[in-house]
Amino acid sequence: MNGSDLELLQWARGPGFVIAISVFLFGVVLRLFEVLALGRKPDLSEARQQKNGSGWHTIFSRSFVFPALSTRTAVTYISGYVFHLGLFIIILLYIPHIELIREMFGIGWPGLSTPVVDAVAVITMIALLIMLIDRVTNPVKRLLSTASDYIAWVITFLPVITGYMAYHHILFPYTKMLALHILSVELLLVLLPFTKLIHVVTLFLSRWYNGELFARKGVAS
Amino acid sequence: MSATLDKGHQVFREVMDAPVASFFSSCVSCGLCAEACLFYTETGNPRYTPIYKVEPLRRFWEQEFTLLGKLKKVVGLSKEVTDEELVEWRELAYDACSLCGRCSLVCPVGIDIAGVIRKMREGMVASGNAPEGLIGAATRAVNIGSPMGVKLHAVQAQARHVEKATGLEIPFDREGVEYMMLMSSMEIMNYPEYLEAVARIFHQAGKSWTIASDAFEATNSGIQIGSSDIARVLVSRVVDAAERLKVQTVISPECGHAYTAIRWDGPNLIGRAYPFKVKHILEVLDEFRAAGLLKTEGLDETRLTYHDPCQIARRGGVIEQPRNLLNMVASNFVEMTDHGKMNWCCGAGGGVSANEEAEEIKMKAFKRKKAQLDELNLDKLVTACANCRIQLEEGVEKNHMELPVVGLTELLAEHLVEDSKEGS
Repeated sequence: MNGSDLELLQWARGPGFVIAISVFLFGVVLRLFEVLALGRKPDLSEARQQKNGSGWHTIFSRSFVFPALSTRTAVTYISGYVFHLGLFIIILLYIPHIELIREMFGIGWPGLSTPVVDAVAVITMIALLIMLIDRVTNPVKRLLSTASDYIAWVITFLPVITGYMAYHHILFPYTKMLALHILSVELLLVLLPFTKLIHVVTLFLSRWYNGELFARKGVAS
Repeated sequence: MSATLDKGHQVFREVMDAPVASFFSSCVSCGLCAEACLFYTETGNPRYTPIYKVEPLRRFWEQEFTLLGKLKKVVGLSKEVTDEELVEWRELAYDACSLCGRCSLVCPVGIDIAGVIRKMREGMVASGNAPEGLIGAATRAVNIGSPMGVKLHAVQAQARHVEKATGLEIPFDREGVEYMMLMSSMEIMNYPEYLEAVARIFHQAGKSWTIASDAFEATNSGIQIGSSDIARVLVSRVVDAAERLKVQTVISPECGHAYTAIRWDGPNLIGRAYPFKVKHILEVLDEFRAAGLLKTEGLDETRLTYHDPCQIARRGGVIEQPRNLLNMVASNFVEMTDHGKMNWCCGAGGGVSANEEAEEIKMKAFKRKKAQLDELNLDKLVTACANCRIQLEEGVEKNHMELPVVGLTELLAEHLVEDSKEGS
């Protein structure tokens, strides 16, 4: 272990983390403000008495239906599902992560065994790579993509691969790799509010608005 | 910047609200909406991906309503929405979108894409980028009273014809009746059967109704072109007449966007709730059925299916009623693979049929409906929108399909119990 690696790790765990969390929180609040400050006019049309669905219903239901499933979209649906689930498992069920959360907030929960999370990390990276290839080769996605989409991909992928490399002692000694892993998470935190990754917050709003709009007309969505 | 572009930007700013901002914030460019859109599936053109159709509005939002977007604009990383760009987008926002809203049900983050395209059209109209055909229809609607130029005497002539055929009176401008009937131009011009069917059914049900001589037209070209100002003028005519005649319920005819306009958009356009109800004719007929006021005899034994008009089903919530009614008079009713709220559009809604520039693409889009129909080996196709019906008839003919298309109200009227046709 050399001194500068340790210093880097200490910076990442200390000031770096504080900066990242601060920017993240500021960014999320700003983005929510940018949306909600616009307000919306009340809908004066008479809603159906028998509503079907609701905004709350749609917040959940959109995660579990695949209405556009076809041979062309299977990649998006399957890889999309796999990497989201993978990230969820890695972030919240990896024991060292849970320990960190316990240290910070005083709450914890049981995790999965490390070999399982290790395998999930590999599957997640494969799914993310497939998503990237699809983004470049699928004409629809390529047309829709802007620099922000690729930046979002990179900053999502980095924490996974650096975490994997740190655990397996690949490329750099553990201390340095762990520092890079934490820094990559901090990069993600800093940029999340300013890329499409903000959807992790705003999709609750957009799904709710969508669900309410359809529900008042009597259509469950 | 030209004056019209400036106006377009102004309107883009006005249509922005929290839902739209949440939609743009949430988009992950997954492209799944493409698969929901028949203009994409039938052409394979990625530019017809629904969310791409509002790209200028999205960039405008980013530049004007987000901190990062403002910064990007200052340092030149993001270019302004230009005239040329809006001209280029006309095809995407009008020719290749029927506002059917299927994409809005498919989007994983819940973007009401069709609703945003409708808002984008407001800016397109303001910046002088609406298609000629729709401008003509909207101008006729405001000046003459109907997008197809139908005048009152045409309606009266048709009414006299129906009176002669049925012996029933077609009441005009009667105060204090229960229902005020609207019609679409297409029904007046192409499907006189509708008025006759309505007259016979309401007579049998013993319900009072009327047509307002200054507000018989239901079609709202303002909604289709995307001009709230025009839409408001047209809705106000109906509201004024309904209030003058003190009716309890206004009936939207077999027309999709007419229903959206008068039922859902109307109160918001005029800025107040109505003192009367608005129902689609199928809702009214289903109420008659439930109350035992609709007496039919005989069953249509042909193999038939029902095409859900998008604005009536997915965007209107009238899904069960046509099925209840069909099961009353048909013994061999089968469903298409995607029906009800997930139906596929006929390809010509949302102003597409009034837009000459969309002639070619609307027939390409019809191929999706053709594929659905071909699976079922049908004798008959039933629908409840005169605009869908014209498109379906044209598509059937151009594809040599031998499939009669009928309106549901007429189909019901054909099965009304005979003796109640005579006076009561």
